[in-house]
Amino acid sequence: MKNKYSVFSLIKNALSQHENWQQAWGNPEPKKEYDAIIVGGGGHGLATAYYLAKKHDLKNIAVLEKGWIGGGNTGRNTTIIRSNYLWDASAGLYDHALKLWENLSQELNYNVMFSQRGVMNLAHNLQDVRDLKRRTHANRLNGIDAVWLNTEEVKKFCPIINTSPDIRYPVLGGTLQRRAGTARHDAVAWGYARGASDMGVDIIQNCEVKGIKRNGDKVEGLETTKGFIKTNKIGVVAAGHSSVIANMAGLKLPLESKPLQALVSEPVKPIIDTVVMSNAVHAYVSQSDKGELVIGAGTDSYVSYTQRGSHNIVEETLKAILELYPIFSRMKMLRQWGGIVDICPDASPIISKTNIKGLYFNCGWGTGGFKATPGSGDLFAHTIANDEPHKLNAAFNLNRFVSGDLVDEHGAAAVAH
Amino acid sequence: MFLINCPFCGERDQSEFSSGGEAHIVRPKQPTELSDDEWAEYLFMRKNIKGIQFERWNHVHGCRKWFNVVRDTSNDKILSVYKMGEKPPVNYK
Repeated sequence: MKNKYSVFSLIKNALSQHENWQQAWGNPEPKKEYDAIIVGGGGHGLATAYYLAKKHDLKNIAVLEKGWIGGGNTGRNTTIIRSNYLWDASAGLYDHALKLWENLSQELNYNVMFSQRGVMNLAHNLQDVRDLKRRTHANRLNGIDAVWLNTEEVKKFCPIINTSPDIRYPVLGGTLQRRAGTARHDAVAWGYARGASDMGVDIIQNCEVKGIKRNGDKVEGLETTKGFIKTNKIGVVAAGHSSVIANMAGLKLPLESKPLQALVSEPVKPIIDTVVMSNAVHAYVSQSDKGELVIGAGTDSYVSYTQRGSHNIVEETLKAILELYPIFSRMKMLRQWGGIVDICPDASPIISKTNIKGLYFNCGWGTGGFKATPGSGDLFAHTIANDEPHKLNAAFNLNRFVSGDLVDEHGAAAVAH
Repeated sequence: MFLINCPFCGERDQSEFSSGGEAHIVRPKQPTELSDDEWAEYLFMRKNIKGIQFERWNHVHGCRKWFNVVRDTSNDKILSVYKMGEKPPVNYK
């Protein structure tokens, strides 16, 4: 690392009034040709470029981003990280990511503020109780930490939750994954960008892909707003816009893009030191290091690329939040926003080759991609470099929609999609 | 969030409706003859267009009837509404 961050660099730069910090990543013009191009400069795309450069033989790599890096869903999510998924394939994928998170700040020499504050999922009816207990057992069989908490234990772990039996959706218990938590989303994009740039990856911002040039069944390059760029390996990590890019290559994907909303409150003193999610009432909340409550709402039911979302969705979420946490009744919400999430019919991602040679897709993360960022990048890099999936993402191929071998996490994931 | 002009009830809030996704996906006439690829195409593959999309809506908290809508998904503007069984308007593609 050229400019390693440490306590010594901090002291040194403090003595020069912090005026001599170097740019963390470069801002190059695109070359004529690359060995591989990643389309999309969010967390997943930058992580892919980072692991391609670090672990594989490809050195001449570019990341194309139509806006600024980390400005899409990476900068819009509620930063929750967990791996307590039901099915073996999902458990393998998400726990691979969680293990990479645990060492990511050291790996990148960049503080991603990963905080293992635990994620608790609440049960509000008998079916929730059965489902969540089943998931706890499945998790433990897969080596993922998970415990079942009864109502009193939930109250002890997070005292501000209203556990009265009289509320509309009473808390009958919950599961807890202690290794789960949150991270600073922007830092993840910036840390990977800095690491990738340091290994020679060109990060090209304000460069939108306009077309994919094909020669028969293989790719030859990309038409962009900065001209034509030649390459024979294209990894698309465009989240909500994956279908738009796929259409350029004449491909159709099993995706629907919908607005997903989140909101934050005014900052207050520490009040909730964990992440609490509730599937049945669709409310989840944590508190940022600045003190804001970070609240995730649901998706709209229709396809839209507007990055707004409907007011009634926010209203429903806040109703649930207020019933569970009466203490928040006088909190003011400061900001609300939407991101466009690409949802697969089985609510599992696609990290896959396509039937066009040299064209790879990493998409379909739907409402929960942030948690997988390091694992997704690592496995997608492997898939691009070897033209074969890693065993951890083999189940997440595009062909599963033809074979019927779906990874159905829809009801099984910890929160409704 | 937007208003939808239900062909049976008039203009109502979008929250009264439920989205039925892409329109004009024809149900296979001979399901037993279909290959796995054709089933995947019918069941799962979607155009997911950024721009003008033809889609189905159901006025679930109203007359409960289905109808079609032409909407620009990049700005949520509704361009046309037409009943089930009617030909889609030709001035949009």
